[in-house]
Amino acid sequence: MPARLKLFLPLILFVVLALFLMRGLSLDPKELPSALIDKPFPVFTLPALGRDELLDKEAVTGEVALFNVWATWCVSCRVEHPYLTQLAGQGVAIYGINYKDEDTAALGWLRELGDPYIASIADREGTLGLDLGVYGAPETYLVDADGLVRYRHVGVVDQRVWGTILQPLYQQLQQEKESQ
Amino acid sequence: MSRLLPLLLLLAMPALAVIETYQFSDPALERRYQALSEELRCPKCQNQNIADSNAPISQDLRRLLYEQLEAGATDDEIRQYMVDRYGEFVRYRPRFSGATAMLWLAPLLLLAVGLVIVVMTLRGRGKPTEAADLSEDEQRRLRALMEKADQDQ
Repeated sequence: MPARLKLFLPLILFVVLALFLMRGLSLDPKELPSALIDKPFPVFTLPALGRDELLDKEAVTGEVALFNVWATWCVSCRVEHPYLTQLAGQGVAIYGINYKDEDTAALGWLRELGDPYIASIADREGTLGLDLGVYGAPETYLVDADGLVRYRHVGVVDQRVWGTILQPLYQQLQQEKESQ
Repeated sequence: MSRLLPLLLLLAMPALAVIETYQFSDPALERRYQALSEELRCPKCQNQNIADSNAPISQDLRRLLYEQLEAGATDDEIRQYMVDRYGEFVRYRPRFSGATAMLWLAPLLLLAVGLVIVVMTLRGRGKPTEAADLSEDEQRRLRALMEKADQDQ
């Protein structure tokens, strides 16, 4: 190796390292792609919160819909609740997955804050959450008309998340459904 | 104080009970439980395995691991079950693939780079450096300079 090139070796190594670290700065480690993307929503049979009936996969799929994992012990869920209510008012189909919660507390929450959900699946043991790969509330899944999970958002759904990510995808999936 | 000490030690016991314990029907299962819970990563806390983490999701995964081991699942079946739900991310020893190639190969690559540097350095050390070979003119100049320095003192 020419001596001149050898002098530049530390600089080259530094630049390579710096590029890697720069990339690392702009990555959000919390943004994990769901393992279920483009895979079917898990099969389940669980009670509907506050209703004397059982819900299963067939009952909640068939339309493009959001599945919002929530619980009364989840602080961020309270933050996003008003926005979900607003979305539901605009006609967005939202199902709730009441994750590892107590029915009485959950029903009290819906009475007090309003109920944006078509129905809430009472996942008391977190079994559906486990099959979905939920690792904490709130999480929101976008499921298409064929019952395939198309997107997972971890954290609060707000105007920015809905406007930039969920809404475009939601509308695209609805168009896909109509063109079928 | 000597009487107080055992009492104080008793007070410290609940600290150990943060992570629940399971009764295994077979010590071999318990060893596999230990190994797997150290290899599986907590999806919530990200930099802990599920054996270390006290996050609710880690508790759930440990219970699941226990149930699956007792039900007779193999290590690979359990790993696959977790990966199906939480992605390759959940493994601290991910499968070798395009995305994880860097992870697996970087240590070997760095070792190779280090060896090359060591070999090059050792080789360079054996040879007399060019700078030591002064021409006659330079030798004369050096002697003159040194004599001058001696006189200056």
